[in-house]
Amino acid sequence: MPNDTGPNFQQNASRALNDKQLRKNFKFAMGNFILKRKQIFSDESKTEQLRQIGNDIKRRALSQLPQLLEQLEEKCTQNGIQVHWAETLSEANQHVLRIMQTHRATRLVKGKSMVSEEMGLNDFLQKKGIEARETDLGEFIIQLNNEKPSHIIVPAIHKNKKQIAQIFHEKLSDTPYTEDVEELNAIARETLRKKFFDAQVGLSGVNFAVAETGTLCLIENEGNGRMSTTVPPVHIAVMGLEKVVEKLADVPPLLRLLTGSATGQLITTYVNMITSPRKDGERDGPREVHLIILDNGRSKILSDPQLRQTLQCIRCGTCLNHCPVYTRIGGHAYGFVYPGPIGKILNPQIEGLKKAGELATASSLCEACAEVCPVKIPIPQLLRRLRNESYASDSFSTVKDSGYKKNLIETIAWKSWEMMNTHPLINTIGQKIMSRLGAQIPKIGPLKQWTRHRTAPKFASKSLHQLIDEEGIQDE
Amino acid sequence: MSHDPQKPEKVYYFGTCLMDTIYPEAGLAGLKLIQHEGVQVIFPREQSCCGQPAYNSGFPKEARKVALTQVRLFTENYPIVVPSGSCAAMMKHHYPLLFAGDANLELIQQFSKRIVELSEFLVRTLKIKMEDRGQPIKVTWHSSCHALREMHIIEYSKSLIRQLQNVELIELQNEHECCGFGGTFAIKQPNISGAMVSDKVADAQQTGAERLLAGDCGCLMNISGAMDYQKVPVRSQHLAEFIWERTHAK
Repeated sequence: MPNDTGPNFQQNASRALNDKQLRKNFKFAMGNFILKRKQIFSDESKTEQLRQIGNDIKRRALSQLPQLLEQLEEKCTQNGIQVHWAETLSEANQHVLRIMQTHRATRLVKGKSMVSEEMGLNDFLQKKGIEARETDLGEFIIQLNNEKPSHIIVPAIHKNKKQIAQIFHEKLSDTPYTEDVEELNAIARETLRKKFFDAQVGLSGVNFAVAETGTLCLIENEGNGRMSTTVPPVHIAVMGLEKVVEKLADVPPLLRLLTGSATGQLITTYVNMITSPRKDGERDGPREVHLIILDNGRSKILSDPQLRQTLQCIRCGTCLNHCPVYTRIGGHAYGFVYPGPIGKILNPQIEGLKKAGELATASSLCEACAEVCPVKIPIPQLLRRLRNESYASDSFSTVKDSGYKKNLIETIAWKSWEMMNTHPLINTIGQKIMSRLGAQIPKIGPLKQWTRHRTAPKFASKSLHQLIDEEGIQDE
Repeated sequence: MSHDPQKPEKVYYFGTCLMDTIYPEAGLAGLKLIQHEGVQVIFPREQSCCGQPAYNSGFPKEARKVALTQVRLFTENYPIVVPSGSCAAMMKHHYPLLFAGDANLELIQQFSKRIVELSEFLVRTLKIKMEDRGQPIKVTWHSSCHALREMHIIEYSKSLIRQLQNVELIELQNEHECCGFGGTFAIKQPNISGAMVSDKVADAQQTGAERLLAGDCGCLMNISGAMDYQKVPVRSQHLAEFIWERTHAK
């Protein structure tokens, strides 16, 4: 976990850049995801319409979030789902622990949940003597290897087949080395099957929670989500409070956007709609269903009309797949639960700028993420906002550690830039000096960074202004 | 798609700060291409920079001052031609955001509406027809992110290249991927930016083209700097300068 000043992003990124295997794995995998998305969203104008619908649904939900959450609680309670509120990560973890302890449970199986990663739930439970076993194949692989997810929907995407074969061989007893994908799948299935039947509680995330009906939607491809939510006698669902939508009719377009953007699928293999625990006379399903609704800074994000767009996110991960930075450094280098473009805007808001503000500089603002985001979050624009917040604390700021980066050198540099570019005479003199100095300009500061990978720019001996004067082009 | 605009009598030209200092020949070539089609070009002398460097780096106040200085120089209702997708996007799409809630917003909006990128202006408004006088050459093309995703003008740029009979355009494998420039991004995250530009250089090399063309001087400065550094024998050039040279060979 990050320390007080946050992880050393540049160092992590540089290490990742030098890992040839890692870069190869990501380039290959992300290329595939991009292609699959393109195939499913081949009709540009229809895709654009659908993205607008997704944006409308999420904005509508966020604009009435408190009411929708109350309605969700009411409906869930009517349906027999017990709702728990958690303002902090610690409160959320305590809810899980209390439910486990009530049932004297020591074994938990988990479907994939990024909120549980945010909570650090596995480590928390382990310290309390409770085994939390990941059942999503990717999560299962990295848990065996004591790693964190490197992608929000494909957590082990940084591993290739050979690396997975090695992990299974080393970490699972009596497992011979095999690179055969079918065999590897069978090994995981067999190991996990026992865990499902053995577990006393199952935990899952939530993709959409419907206020109108009190329905929890969970989509997945492996069936482990269905197993985790139906086999053990108790099911705990954890969600960030932004996951609530108004109506059941809001789900189909969002589902379509989510699966198309994430994996290029029309629909996932499993779509679970959970509306109650097992009813009298029913033969299966959990006896108890709990829903933990987590805030962890989200309501503060909601209070800012611009930054609240961050909460539109449906966690499809397509911004990661399309990001030229993520593709090169992978998810671990970011040092936080949420990597990639969405992580660059979310982590600094949740953790504060001191800890995570560096992430906002790790973008060329190329707009690739904004172009594909299924709910049209203007990520580059929010990155600019966080960059502004990093230097200035005088605005109506809602972001923690606003102004943390304010420093004399950059202030003077940008004031000088402003003066050059608002006073033509100073500009002309400045340019003449630069073109005279040419290659003699010392390689310090910005130029030192620039010339790590490039030669220094060569200032022309005559500026465009001079050439244009010589041509006699009209001024006004 | 809306109707193509009428050919105007006069246009303003915004030369961009990078053209002014590093690529003045490219800036002049763009201007001459317009003049050659019989349109009078006005270059307000006090212009400098669109303000994007500060806007993207966390200094919006400074960006606003520089932006407003430019806006006040382009007073007549002529189109403003910008030979850069990125600066054009800044002035067309980002100025109204930068000045949201500002007393000058209306003035800004009037200005932003008139911004047009050079390729689009040459193709749609001037319907330029060119005769290639150059030797056969293989070139490749780099799409700048803002020209591609904010101005949507890449097809105009490429159609200009395709008009030149002796020029063979070989496309990059990852044409839509950023070259890693990103203004101060190249300074703040030098290694990530360096990895991105190295991949772009390798992509350009595998095309076998002898020249890489682009419509943005930021990308050009980045890519050509990396090519020089790696001693890669591919020359890079702004599209406007390339076209002018080939259609007005000495």
